[in-house]
Amino acid sequence: MSGIWVVVEERDGRVSRNSWEAVAAGQKLAALTGQAANAVVIGAQTEPLAAEVAAKALAKVVRIEHSLLAAYTADGFTLALQQFIEAEKPYYVVFPHTYQVRDYAPKLAARLGQVLIGDVTAFAEGPTFVRQLMQGRLNGSYRHSGNGPCFVSVQAGAFRADEAQAGTAAISTFAPTIDPAQIRTKPSERFRGAAQTVDLGAAQLIVGVGRGIKDPANIPIAQELATALGAELGASRPICDNGWLPMERQIGSSGQTISPKLYLAVGISGAIQHLVGIKGSQCVVAINKDPDAPIFEVADYGIVGDLMEVVPALTEAVKAAKQ
Amino acid sequence: MKIIVAIKQVPERDAQVRIDAAGKWIEESGLQYALNESDAYALEEALQLKEKHGGEVVVLTAGPERVGPTIREALAKGADRAIHIDCADLSNRDALGVAKLLAAAVKPENPDLILTGLQSDDLGLGQTGVILAELLGLPHSSLILHVEKTDTGLTVKRELEEGWFRTIELPLPAVLTIQSGGNKLRYATLMGIKRAKTKEVRTVTATELAVDSAPVAILERVVLPQKQKSTQILPGNPKEAAAALVEKLKFEARVL
Repeated sequence: MSGIWVVVEERDGRVSRNSWEAVAAGQKLAALTGQAANAVVIGAQTEPLAAEVAAKALAKVVRIEHSLLAAYTADGFTLALQQFIEAEKPYYVVFPHTYQVRDYAPKLAARLGQVLIGDVTAFAEGPTFVRQLMQGRLNGSYRHSGNGPCFVSVQAGAFRADEAQAGTAAISTFAPTIDPAQIRTKPSERFRGAAQTVDLGAAQLIVGVGRGIKDPANIPIAQELATALGAELGASRPICDNGWLPMERQIGSSGQTISPKLYLAVGISGAIQHLVGIKGSQCVVAINKDPDAPIFEVADYGIVGDLMEVVPALTEAVKAAKQ
Repeated sequence: MKIIVAIKQVPERDAQVRIDAAGKWIEESGLQYALNESDAYALEEALQLKEKHGGEVVVLTAGPERVGPTIREALAKGADRAIHIDCADLSNRDALGVAKLLAAAVKPENPDLILTGLQSDDLGLGQTGVILAELLGLPHSSLILHVEKTDTGLTVKRELEEGWFRTIELPLPAVLTIQSGGNKLRYATLMGIKRAKTKEVRTVTATELAVDSAPVAILERVVLPQKQKSTQILPGNPKEAAAALVEKLKFEARVL
C-alpha cells in the first residue's frame, strides 16, 4: 500500500473549489503521515482538468478515463475507482464532501469492506479525523481501523483552496473496464429549480430566519427587522421546506451562498448545511434562545433570548438609530 | 409495490446533549427522542406511493427498546407493519455495521423499493441508505425530492448544490435516500393511532441476524467544538441588548 489519492471534481469544466480544498487537505495529510499526495480526475475527456491539477505539488495525477464516465453515475464512478484502488492500493483516498461524493463514496468504501469517514473538518496526529455530531453541537474524533484504504471526505471550507501548494505532477492514464450493463441509472442534464428572482449573493445586509420562529404567523416580525435595516430576508432550509418563505430565499449548501457585510441569524441553530452558505459574511449576529446553539460558534455578536421579544426590540433600536 | 422504509430514532432537536463519562458518546439517559426528520419524509413518500399504486409499507428500524414509540408513530401515520431490529449497541456500530443489520432484515422481505432519510440528525453520516443498496446489490440514488413510478421503474428528482436538480431514471428494485421538504408531512389521525396498536411489530435481535459489529471507522472521542470566533454576548433585557447591539454594529463592526 502506498500514497494518498485525492479525487478531484470539475465544475463548469474547471477544477471545483471544493476539489482544491481537498487537494490542500491531501497535502496536509501527506505532511502528517509522510505519504506522497497524488490526485485522480474521472471522466470521458479529462486532459484539461488533469493539466490544471498537475500544476500543484502532487507526485502523480492519473486520468481515469472511459466513455461511460462522461456523465456521473454512482455505478460508473464506483467501478472505475474500485479498479483503480485495487491496482494502486493507496493508504488514503480523500474526497471533497460534495453531493456527488455523498452519492457514491459510501458505496465504494463498502465494496472494499471499508467505511468512509465523511464531512471531516480537521486531521490530527494518529491520524484521527474530526467530524461534527449532533448538528454541530459536538465534535467526534474518528480513527480508521480497517486493513484496506482509509476513505475521507472533507467538508466545504474546512481547508483553504489557496493553501493547495503549487508544483508539477506527472500525468498518466488509467483505463477502467466498464460494461454498459453495469450502469443501472440514467441521469439527465441538470436543471435549475424555480427562476431565481432574489439574488441574496449580492445583498449587503441579510436577515435569516430559522426554525426558532416557530410559526409562519411570526415571519412578519423578522420582515419588519429586515425592512428597518434595508436588508433582504433569507431563511434556513426548514423554513422553505415548510413553505413559510419561498425556496429562492433559502441560504445554505442547497440554497444560496451569501457574503454580506452583516448577516443577522434569527432563531437559526446553525446546522452545518446553513453555516456553509454564510461563511463569506463579514459580521454575523445570532439571536437564539439556546446559548449552546452552534450558530454562536461563528457569530461575532449574540443575544441569548426569546426572539419574539428580542427581534421587535431590535427593530425599534434600528429605527431609532436611523432617525 | 412493497416498500420498506428504514427509519431511525434520534435525540429530539432541542434536546440538551451532554457527553458521557467515558467521553465516547452522549449521555443517553433522560434524553427525549423523536423520528429522524428526513426519515419522516421517506415515510411520507412511501405512504403517498402506496396511495397511488397500492401495495404495502413496512417500517424497519434498529435500536434498543426505546424505539417502540417511534415505530408506533410510523404505524399510526399509515405504515402497515414494522420490523424492529433489537440492538442495544447501535452507537458502537459504524455505518457499514448498521447497514449490514438492515440488509439482513430486508433480504427475506424482497421489497420493490427501499426508502430512507438522507441522513440522521444525530450522527449525520448520510451513508446508511447508499451502503444498504451496495450490500443488497441494488441501484440507488440519493438526496431525492420527488419519486414517480414509470412502466420500467422510477423517475426521481435528485437535489444538487446551489439550487440545481437532476432527473434520474432507475429500475426496480432500488434504494432511494429522501431529502427533507419534497412533500408535506402528514399527522397521525386518532383513528390511525388506534389502529397502530393492533399492527404487527416483529422483533428480531441483532444476534439472530448474525452480523459482525466490529467498526472500521471508530469514534474514539466526543468533545465540545472549539469556538471559531469569540462571540460578544450582549447582556440585559431585550431592549438593552438590542440597543447595545445596534451601537456595536454601528461603531465597532461598522456594518450599519
